[in-house]
Amino acid sequence: MNKPKTFHLDTLSLHAGARPDPATGARATPIYQTASFVFPDSDHAAALFNMERAGHVYSRISNPTVAVLEERIAALEGGVGAIGTASGQAALHLAIVTLIGAGGHIVASRSLYGGSHNLLDYTLPRFGVEAAFVNTRDIDAWRDAIRPNTRLLFGETLGNPGLDVLDIPRIADLAHEHGLPLLVDATFTTPYLSRPFEQGADLIFHSATKFLSGHGVVIGGLLVDSGKFDWNADPSRDKFPTLTQPYRGFHDMVFSEESTTGAFLLRARREGIRDFGACMSPFTAFQILQGIETLPLRMQKHVANTRRIVAFLSEHPMVAAVGYPELPDHPDHALAQRLLPLGCGAVFSFNLKASRTQGRKFIESLNVFSHLANVGDAKSLVIHPASTTHFRMSTHDLTQAGITEGTIRLSVGLEDADDLIEDLSRALYASGKA
Amino acid sequence: MRLTLDDGDVYAYAGARAHDAALRTVVFVHGAANDHSVWALQSRYFAHHGFNVLAVDLPGHGRSDGAALGSVDAIADWIPRVLDAAKIDRAAVVGHSMGSLATLACAARYPERVRKIALIGPAVPMPVSDTLLAAAKEDDHVAFEWINGWSHSAGKQVGGNQVPGMWMTGSALRLMERTRPGVLHTDLVACHTYSTGLEAAKDVRCSTLVILGGRDVMAPNRNARALIEALSDKRSVTFQDTGHALMAEQPDAVLDALREFL
Repeated sequence: MNKPKTFHLDTLSLHAGARPDPATGARATPIYQTASFVFPDSDHAAALFNMERAGHVYSRISNPTVAVLEERIAALEGGVGAIGTASGQAALHLAIVTLIGAGGHIVASRSLYGGSHNLLDYTLPRFGVEAAFVNTRDIDAWRDAIRPNTRLLFGETLGNPGLDVLDIPRIADLAHEHGLPLLVDATFTTPYLSRPFEQGADLIFHSATKFLSGHGVVIGGLLVDSGKFDWNADPSRDKFPTLTQPYRGFHDMVFSEESTTGAFLLRARREGIRDFGACMSPFTAFQILQGIETLPLRMQKHVANTRRIVAFLSEHPMVAAVGYPELPDHPDHALAQRLLPLGCGAVFSFNLKASRTQGRKFIESLNVFSHLANVGDAKSLVIHPASTTHFRMSTHDLTQAGITEGTIRLSVGLEDADDLIEDLSRALYASGKA
Repeated sequence: MRLTLDDGDVYAYAGARAHDAALRTVVFVHGAANDHSVWALQSRYFAHHGFNVLAVDLPGHGRSDGAALGSVDAIADWIPRVLDAAKIDRAAVVGHSMGSLATLACAARYPERVRKIALIGPAVPMPVSDTLLAAAKEDDHVAFEWINGWSHSAGKQVGGNQVPGMWMTGSALRLMERTRPGVLHTDLVACHTYSTGLEAAKDVRCSTLVILGGRDVMAPNRNARALIEALSDKRSVTFQDTGHALMAEQPDAVLDALREFL
């Protein structure tokens, strides 16, 4: 039988979640810059508070502009819904605290964004949540690290900064064998390059600051639920009590009874966003919506430019190694061809054959690339991870994560690729003279 | 809550409320390849506004035991057994799609047990194409995709869910995907072969509310006209620009219609 017609990614990027504004006819999604929403009457107010009616009460909990973005990312990822958060970090935190309390344990890839590593390795242990970090490519290490109190497996579609490709199908199978969900940070790939739910992941989060918004103007995060994971599968119902047992903080609601597929997001919104309060502002949501409208076009250009630059650097005598999974010598080359056929993103690292001083000279000689701590901007960016994003990590941990003193990370933007290559070429020359 | 019948346990959502014999009861009956959660907003409202609520998972669906019942009349016969297990004499029954047919048949067959009925998205007959039946028989995922496409109006295929942050068609598809093997086919056969709907409608003695979606492709409105005609004590309302997934597309409007009626 033929597949029914559904909208493609390009169309969803422009339309999903949005309708012309019913009050004004505005075609663009309005910025509902309001803290609260007027109740028609007291009964309606009570019904909204008690989840008997749908709607908005207070913009910390939900907001119409943010809701359009939440629907849009859920549509693009193929999930059931999403929650907009104040940052990608807030989205990761929200995912964890919705599922895990003191005594819980997470198994995570070793190749994480430095901020995620900070949260898991240094901060969450203060609250009784521990994490084990494993070699992304070592399935046995993932398996061996799972304990009776493990509640979540976590990795990045493309690890930071070595671009380890997360073998989502295998890790998801392992997670599910143990009755655990797999959370994936898909910031580097976006739904244009990777759809982790289709490969078996259960939860996704994005730093929407990056490619989704695409212009480096906002800080925001998105947490998306596939709705596939069966939180009740454990007969004792003790494994995920936040979802399967009565919650005193909301009239003894059992979230998995309230919603078969949306229990996680219900709890995340009704507890995590309500109590921790790391919500997204409507203006931020508007900016990210504008960005997503051109996501497919931008990602094509990001990847095309990256391929040109990777090819240039791979041939350059001052470059010791380039870590991009499309290169045949990358350890995950075959996996990337299978899981990321449209490209491996626009953030990658390379190692200079240079001293620390020469490395600094290289970065300071760039004119088009901006030296700053971000990725996924329309403008090209550069940073030295060992002295910035990953500076808290020990030398041993840096090595384990594939970072050296000479590692340079690029985020390739949308400029003309010839201009970017000329900028890099000149800076490499200057570095060699230093 | 869980109710014990002689052929297996039944799950019924009750809004986290204990049964109160002094209150009236509303039973919610879902449609094919669904479960109690399609009534999330409406059932919770009634559970917290003076009613006992039993939003059931039909046998073979959701958290209920057993095999899916093979016919609309079998579901109609099962509803009073649930009332017996819950020690409830009479109840209003609200059904959607296949559940609306079972609600209709139940009211006709057990008038002493049914106080009022609300039929949401009914059609008599409710034919199912051979192609869809064949796909469902094979548990082919495309059967869910077809139903999902036909159940939501064109506007809702794009978005605009009243429940903040939820992608309506994604949620509906994911719920159907949880259906156990063979259950969708059993449900669709039950709809397809139900041929006594108009006779049942003539036998219904209680008040009936019919709620239709003006853009229902799954159970077209034209197949509800004769049904409405055959009912004696009835009222009907049609929500324009709304498909078959009425509780999802128009949660407040459906709730308000039910509040006024029940």
